[in-house]
Amino acid sequence: MIWLTWRQFRGSAAMMAALLVLLAVALALTGPGLAADYSAGIAACTQDNTCDRFYDQFLGGHDTEFMALTLVVLLLPALAGLFWGAPLITRELEAGTHLLVWNQSITRGRWLAVKLALTGLTAMAFAGLCGLMVTWWSDPLDKSAAEGLALMAPLVFGARGIAPMGYAAFAFVLGITVGMLVRRTLPAMALTLAVFAAIQLAMPLLVRPHLMSPVTATFELGRTNVDNLNIPQDGGALPRVSLNSAVPGHLGSWVLANNLLDPSGRLIPASGEGAAIKVSTTSGPCAPSAGPGEGCIVEINRLGYRQQATYQPLERFWPFQWMETGIYALFTLGLTLLSFRWIRRRLS
Amino acid sequence: MTSVLQAQGLGRKYGKRWALRECTIDIPAGHVVGLVGPNGAGKTTLLKLASGQLEPSAGGITVLGGRPAGGPAQLAKVGFVAQDTPVYAGLSIADHLRLGARLNPRWDATMARERIARLGLDPTQRAGKLSGGQRAQLALTVGLAKRPELLILDEPVASLDPLARREFLQGLMEATVEHKFSVVLSSHLVSDLERVCDFLIVLVDSRVQVAGEVDKLMATHHRLTGPRRDPDRLPADQHVVSARHTDRQSTYVIRTDAPIHDPAWTVTQLSLEDLVLAYMDKHTADRRVALEVQR
Repeated sequence: MIWLTWRQFRGSAAMMAALLVLLAVALALTGPGLAADYSAGIAACTQDNTCDRFYDQFLGGHDTEFMALTLVVLLLPALAGLFWGAPLITRELEAGTHLLVWNQSITRGRWLAVKLALTGLTAMAFAGLCGLMVTWWSDPLDKSAAEGLALMAPLVFGARGIAPMGYAAFAFVLGITVGMLVRRTLPAMALTLAVFAAIQLAMPLLVRPHLMSPVTATFELGRTNVDNLNIPQDGGALPRVSLNSAVPGHLGSWVLANNLLDPSGRLIPASGEGAAIKVSTTSGPCAPSAGPGEGCIVEINRLGYRQQATYQPLERFWPFQWMETGIYALFTLGLTLLSFRWIRRRLS
Repeated sequence: MTSVLQAQGLGRKYGKRWALRECTIDIPAGHVVGLVGPNGAGKTTLLKLASGQLEPSAGGITVLGGRPAGGPAQLAKVGFVAQDTPVYAGLSIADHLRLGARLNPRWDATMARERIARLGLDPTQRAGKLSGGQRAQLALTVGLAKRPELLILDEPVASLDPLARREFLQGLMEATVEHKFSVVLSSHLVSDLERVCDFLIVLVDSRVQVAGEVDKLMATHHRLTGPRRDPDRLPADQHVVSARHTDRQSTYVIRTDAPIHDPAWTVTQLSLEDLVLAYMDKHTADRRVALEVQR
């Protein structure tokens, strides 16, 4: 049975492996240079305290590769489900070959066990390797990224560490299960993709923020967390502050809620009448004549305005990775049991 | 003599429709059994139940004393060649033989190799490029080399041309003589089965109409032709299979163990095909009556 599985699977496995080797070579060649640039840049910026600017420039210079690699790792599990999982049984049903292979001296359970284990482990290995390679390569970039691209943020988190392995296992078994229920390849592929995408969206929206209770803290306003300071030029009106989804000193964190507090600790709404900062704009550092800059923020800060952020700090990256992978492993296990029951009872 | 297949009140439902019902048969070992009936009569359902591809909705079935597909040992005893003889299009003939060798403990590699060579097939050829007849032969080879005690074939020759049919059935017959195993094969054409079967099951409209050894069936079925007469005026031991009447004449096909002495009848021998058609005809006649009554 192992031979048969390998014989039917070797084509696509070899193609996948070849692509992975290409990726590995490309990453191995460029990775050390990227890391060297990063250390050189950090060494230079810590002297004159301009690291915020360095991070922006460094990430900006590599954002295409960064996004492309992240996307590859996010897509790989879906591909495993679509092209390896869904057709595993539907292909046999459509060609009628299930009647050939399930009438050899081997039970369907055994057939499925070998197919599932061999193909599934390969899919997991590929996705896991790819994830870890990209994690290694993009480490300097991850250290520079904040806000939406922060390491803990939904987009990047799922493309780093060991989570891709869990996603691949789940997507693969999901494909098999959907294939058993739908029994036709194309609809099974479409449904697998839809269900997998829905779960991948639901996870960061509904589950992941609550894996550990998030930290809520207040921070002084500064370059990191102030996105924009809007001082009306016509005089008289009060300035407004909009915040970044970032917290000072905790780069890479995932900010879940972000608010501005006034000096008495009350929430300032994001827009409308109450959003204004009560600071003099006719004289002092916030007057239009003082020019744009740090001065006004320092003044607002001095008055007692603060950022209140609820966030998942970067230190929780690995605990979250393990938990997320564990959750997907449980899903995978459940679907595997279901598919074994189904193949014994229902399918013919 | 032991049974290869025993069914008691066997039935299988798809949704609300019974594809097979109240099937009670006992097939003794050592026969080539023909399962004949029109399309959609439930032949494939019965064969899938026997091979364990389907679970019964009612009743029970044992094949060679075991539950169909009950485990690797049971699977090893029963060979199955499915309708349209499916094979893996991407695998070569040699790959198929290797598949058989890997998945079957009693695989007869020599026989498989020799059979492929005798058929003049190139082992390196992909199965997807074979003709229908060659593909059927490959599927049969995989089924035979498994060395089953019972080989089930579902409409194996349905898509073959007459020459390929003859070759296929001939190959099957040679193998049964050489290796002594039982065969159940289905067809909707009696002519396919006539030459090879010594046991016949007629399945019409999801019910078994008659089952028995061909010799015995031939000896107990007769066609009676004579002056018009109602069926209830026939002797009690003569079971009417089909009846046709014109204004003056009646033609009956009857089943009886007793000799027929009534001088009014002209008794003629039925061919196997006539016999099967009589059972199918009886059924369609019933349905015609039912339709007329409904109107």
